[in-house]
Amino acid sequence: MKFKQMTAIAALALALPTLSLADADDDKLVINGELEMVTKTAAPAHLDGALSEVISGWHFRDDDTQKMQMDDFDNAGMLGVEAAAEMWNAVDGSEGKSCASCHGEAESMKGVRAVYPKWNEAAGEVRTLEMQINDCRTTRMGAEELKYAGDEMTNMVGLISLQSRGMPVNVAIDGPAQATWEQGKELYYTRTGQLDLSCASCHEQNYGNMIRADHLSQGQINGFPAYRLKNAKLNGVHNRFKGCVRDTRAETYKEGSPEFIALELYVASRGNGLSVEGPSIRN
Amino acid sequence: MRLTTLTLAASLAAGAAFANPVAPADVVFTDDGAVEASLTGAPGNPEQGFKVFSDKKQGNCVACHNIEARTDLSFPGNVGPMLDGVGENRSVAELRGILTNSKNTFEGTVMPAYYKVDGFTRPGDDYTGKAPSGPLSPLLSAEQIEDVVAFLSTLK
Ligand code: HEC
Ligand code: HEC
Repeated sequence: MKFKQMTAIAALALALPTLSLADADDDKLVINGELEMVTKTAAPAHLDGALSEVISGWHFRDDDTQKMQMDDFDNAGMLGVEAAAEMWNAVDGSEGKSCASCHGEAESMKGVRAVYPKWNEAAGEVRTLEMQINDCRTTRMGAEELKYAGDEMTNMVGLISLQSRGMPVNVAIDGPAQATWEQGKELYYTRTGQLDLSCASCHEQNYGNMIRADHLSQGQINGFPAYRLKNAKLNGVHNRFKGCVRDTRAETYKEGSPEFIALELYVASRGNGLSVEGPSIRN
Repeated sequence: MRLTTLTLAASLAAGAAFANPVAPADVVFTDDGAVEASLTGAPGNPEQGFKVFSDKKQGNCVACHNIEARTDLSFPGNVGPMLDGVGENRSVAELRGILTNSKNTFEGTVMPAYYKVDGFTRPGDDYTGKAPSGPLSPLLSAEQIEDVVAFLSTLK
């Protein structure tokens, strides 16, 4: 008996280096002790076997960072959400309206984050949540646009995302959105910059591996906006994309550019089935 | 006078005393992706090569590669294979080829080409995210490449 145990331990120790500390862990994400999140699920069919399972970035963070996301009192992203909740009720612009004037409570936004980016029939374009927020501000409130990746905007996206927390991401990729989705897919697999790397080089081929001190995830966006310990505020999807493209020593696209809108639709669709997690906590 | 300044500038750009390194466009590869001729014509310095290998601001090879025998590497990654023994398994020409443009050895690899200045999609100005203001410099100078090759050759 004793002997057997020892062999098992020795075998484990031997197996570790090849298994690597690196793979996604098996922890469970339950928020506030009650809301169970889907953080691993079968990959959507459109991935055609490129991934067998899609995994939230939460699994690739260390225990302390993970814990911060498990309780809203510890989740520093909630500060941004609170700031946005005030803005939700604040009248702004020539029409004398706030978000609440048209939408009532922020809870009415339940389900919205899960399906964005989304085709807007009247405008004839795929819209991110940021674009929709600015459309409400300009056409309904007569207010100024918010800066696409500014704090006010990102916090507002945080407030709206929170209403869908725990719901499965479910963006549509067919019909009128398909052309944009295809463009996003093309961008995802295009190698850029002097390092000549694509999103797939890091997040499809090498997730689970370490790139220097960074534990590579699948680069999913179900957790956005993400409160990053690095800059102590909520960060939007395009801001993250920009950083990753820059790190290939490439000329980046701008936040809110058609390229990043298309890429966002595509990357969101890679996470179809994962729970909406925003606001999440990341390094 | 003029001439001296020019030569000085050229050798500074190359990172050291070699005024005439092989230009990135003139490197000759074998069919297997190796590069037989030294890029500088002089032997590399292995200690210097280790610095280039491990320094984040230079080669940053350690971002993807570990060398188990070197416990002084900080945060080695594992995107690429461990390089213990690579000096045994690979010739100097092969190592030089892999550093210069690894895609000629490993088709489609994620390992960057360290001595290549064109053929990129949306290359930027270093890590600024902006468009480059002039022609690109290779990620490593000819001399740095030779130093790293010399260092890797010691891994036996
Ligand atoms: C050179 C490697 C590299 C490339 C190329 C790269 N990324 Fe990343 N990315 C990282 C690292 C490192 C992180 C931080 C750790 C993590 O979450 O993977 C990261 C994080 C992310 C995240 C945050 C995930 C989370 O759960 O918080 C997203 C989203 C992302 N990347 C998307 C992309 C997209 C889209 C592209 C292509 C435009 C891309 N990345 C290209 C290295 C890369
Ligand atoms: C972004 C990741 C990455 C970086 C950075 C990187 N490499 Fe690599 N390297 C790889 C991968 C992956 C391979 C394996 C080839 C393959 O199958 O793609 C490799 C292969 C090699 C090999 C061949 C190993 C063998 O067993 O034949 C050598 C030598 C090597 N790299 C040296 C270096 C040096 C020196 C640097 C820095 C100047 C460097 N690498 C930077 C990813 C990287």
